[in-house]
Amino acid sequence: MSDTAVAEDHHYTATGLPTWKVGFWTFLGSECLFFASLISTYMVYKGASTTGPFPADVLNIPLTSVSTFVLLMSSLAMVLALDGVRRGDKRLASFWLAMVIVLGGTFLGFQVYEFTHFVHEGLTISGNVFGSSFFVLTGFHGAHVTVGVIWMTVLFIMSLRGKLTPAEALKVEIAGLYWHFVDIVWIVIFTLIYLLQ
Amino acid sequence: MSTSEIAAEAHGHDQGGHGSVGFYWTIAGILGVITAVEVAVFYIDALAPALAPILLTLSAVKFAMVVMFFMHLKFDSKVFTVVFLTGLSIGTFVVVALVLLYQFLPRLKG
Amino acid sequence: MSAHNNGIWSWITTVDHKRIGVMYFVTALVFFVIAGVEALVIRIQLWRPENDFISAETYSQMFTMHGTTMIFLVAMPMAVAFFNFIVPLQIGARDVAFPRLNALSYWTFLFGGIFLNSSFLFGAAPNTSWVAYANLTSSQFSPGHNVDFWLLGLSILGISSIMGGVNFITTIINLRAPGMKLMRMPLFTWMTLVTSFILVTALPVLAVALILLAFDRFFGANFYQPMAGGDPILWQHLFWIFGHPEVYILILPSFGVISDVIPTFSRKPLFGYPIVVYAGIMIGFLGWGVWSHHMFTTGLGPIADAFFVASTMIIAIPTGVKICNWIATMWGGQIRFTTAMLYCIGLLAIFTLGGLSGIMHASAPIDLQQHDTHFVVAHFHYVVAGGVMMGLFAGLYYWFPKVTGRFMDERLGKINFWTYFVGFNLTFFPMHISGIYGMPRRTWTYAAELNIALPNMLSTIGAFIFALSALILVYTIIKSAISGEPAGPNPWNAATLEWSIPSPPPHYNFAEIPTVRSREPLWREEERREIEAVTLKVPDVEPVMPNSSYMPILLAFGVALTWGLVMTGKWWAPVIGLSYVGVCILMWAFEDPFARKGA
Ligand code: HEM
Ligand SMILES: [Cu+2]
Repeated sequence: MSDTAVAEDHHYTATGLPTWKVGFWTFLGSECLFFASLISTYMVYKGASTTGPFPADVLNIPLTSVSTFVLLMSSLAMVLALDGVRRGDKRLASFWLAMVIVLGGTFLGFQVYEFTHFVHEGLTISGNVFGSSFFVLTGFHGAHVTVGVIWMTVLFIMSLRGKLTPAEALKVEIAGLYWHFVDIVWIVIFTLIYLLQ
Repeated sequence: MSTSEIAAEAHGHDQGGHGSVGFYWTIAGILGVITAVEVAVFYIDALAPALAPILLTLSAVKFAMVVMFFMHLKFDSKVFTVVFLTGLSIGTFVVVALVLLYQFLPRLKG
Repeated sequence: MSAHNNGIWSWITTVDHKRIGVMYFVTALVFFVIAGVEALVIRIQLWRPENDFISAETYSQMFTMHGTTMIFLVAMPMAVAFFNFIVPLQIGARDVAFPRLNALSYWTFLFGGIFLNSSFLFGAAPNTSWVAYANLTSSQFSPGHNVDFWLLGLSILGISSIMGGVNFITTIINLRAPGMKLMRMPLFTWMTLVTSFILVTALPVLAVALILLAFDRFFGANFYQPMAGGDPILWQHLFWIFGHPEVYILILPSFGVISDVIPTFSRKPLFGYPIVVYAGIMIGFLGWGVWSHHMFTTGLGPIADAFFVASTMIIAIPTGVKICNWIATMWGGQIRFTTAMLYCIGLLAIFTLGGLSGIMHASAPIDLQQHDTHFVVAHFHYVVAGGVMMGLFAGLYYWFPKVTGRFMDERLGKINFWTYFVGFNLTFFPMHISGIYGMPRRTWTYAAELNIALPNMLSTIGAFIFALSALILVYTIIKSAISGEPAGPNPWNAATLEWSIPSPPPHYNFAEIPTVRSREPLWREEERREIEAVTLKVPDVEPVMPNSSYMPILLAFGVALTWGLVMTGKWWAPVIGLSYVGVCILMWAFEDPFARKGA
């Protein structure tokens, strides 16, 4: 994470903004198109499946509402962790980073449960086009969450070892941007796929 | 990490007053409530005809709140807004255009 | 110091944007020759009606690999070569924003290119054209590995492009020298910025189109399979939502090049600088709203057709505006007809013709006649082989002295240009005619009754002249690099910052970062002296540059390996590759680019 910028050696950036952060927001702009394409695919195939199971047969709203709530709260934990790092409070930072990991892990647990349950109900990636587009869209989102959990784990270890001083807050801030981004993608998915069947 | 970055960072933190813990909890609370409302709307039959506009609006509000307050875009430099919104707006355009083409302007058959 | 030594390892581990730029260029040139040979094979087969020089299957592989290679392994990386070498110099930076990421982009591109071409060794070169329409690409209709090589290779290249795009956006936003305001940036830098935005937004769409195809082929998904409710046309939508912005990814860098070259050789500032900038940005956005002009024959219905006809015609306007600006720049200037300038003028003429045929099939009813004929082949070669490549070669002749410290041989250059110009037109102009007569694309032979033997014969002759021109170019590059006439810091008397430093530039580029006060800093005597006082001096202490690193090539290898393992069809195989990638990323994250050796 220390691949910063030649800006470093002449201590000057044209905008005064950290180079890493500019790059990362750009990357998130790029990710928008990735998920937009997957979401479009799901949307254009709404109602196109010729055989079941159909969305109304399998989607479990109460369950997914809970996991949605869990992911939202992980975003809260994330901002509090960043706040802890900025204050130089190692214990606070470590605690909230751990919470992000736990909540993110819980979300993934829900997803694993959901996927296995759906397969039992006969919904597979090859059964119909609803299955294909559902699993690929939510699967790629889940993969993003997984990457995020690994990233948070690395930060958590660094925090325990006292490596996350306030001067290193940018590292946590960027990880946070990623985490919140994954969260907002889920906000869209929850509405478009689950609530607007 | 360069001194200028740290300076910029500390600077951004001081101004705007978005760093307060209570503020974050409030935002999270609102997000939770909106989610609850969304689910409720889903179950209220009377709202069925207006389901799509209501839910789209609510989720757009959630989306915007996370981006503005948790990702600090509201308080941060405009540069971040520009690079992110370029992607976001093109992405939105793509989704809307494809949905229009498929769900509202069906292709000629035959 | 790593940057001073020249061994092979120093190139493999380099993070210097100038070396990476050179590697991009050389690699692209090699692929240019390969794809050129493929083109010759195609033209020999089409020399006369009902020829049997190669089989239909081989023909399919040839045009697929020719198109894919020229676009993804020649035109794009050659532009990126200039982004790399020139942009940091034009904005007064010592390197790009993320030097290691930049090296990673290069190695990923190289491995992606090798991956794609290795298909020849397995006798399974891609054979479903560069647009690979579903559901010809399904496992049912393309059971071999041909399509796998194509889709996996292309997705590797996509990753490389996205990383490059992020890097250049960040570089241009954040690493400009003091005083280098956005509206003072050279046009090439501007067009790099716009192109990079298109790269980071368009390539993810292609990535998704390819991922869906991969899931169809490897895991039995139904995205493009009508039997289970899928729709093959969705591929066309996704592909062209990427594909039309892609054509602007191709042309905008060349527009940038000639916007810098024409003023230099006309001794006049660019006419209407802001208009050229805004037109470029407008093209970047409007380019998203026209994709279905590639799909008129799929029956989108009158409303959608009308929309895409209109938007396609509208997008020609900013392009036309730019052409007027370039002509107005030359108007009344003291024009020097160097090879670079000839290529610029060539671009203006040829690209405009390509734009005109584009406007013709922007009209849906006309396109119903022209679609999938050689008329379309003529159109896009006028804009790509004529427009894009001429712009890049203009850049080559223009910046070669900066890169090597030596001039390109101008006498050979003139021969190169004129053989290019004649060969190009002789090859592609007759295709308008054979196309109107109804000669289909992607078909290995044609009937004598079509009466198109003559235009085809001319095309084939032209192709050989064209190939000769390419050989002359390669020869000129090698000869000039070895024994070209030495060039000083600013041999063309140009206006922009890259010409204020020695040629070739020292590895740290700028001894001291200059301050810029205008759009043409080196054309204002006082400003020039101020700038050169800091850029031409030899520093007492050399600026510290990031260390070289093995991580980029190791990580890029991991990406290619993982993608290759996908082809086994076993879900756990790519997981092995992914673990290797994960380890590399961690090592990368904890490597300190500025760590002192031995400390
Ligand atoms: C005035 C601007 C342009 C217009 C109105 C235009 C219009 C079109 C149309 C309508 C087609 C589809 C023809 C068909 O398949 O039936 C087409 C194909 C194509 N255009 Fe353009 N075009 C323009 C500029 C460009 C530029 C600048 C490039 C590249 C740098 C380009 C590259 C291509 C390519 C590669 C294809 C063929 C794709 C394929 O089917 O393989 N065009 N153009
Ligand atoms: Cu197009």
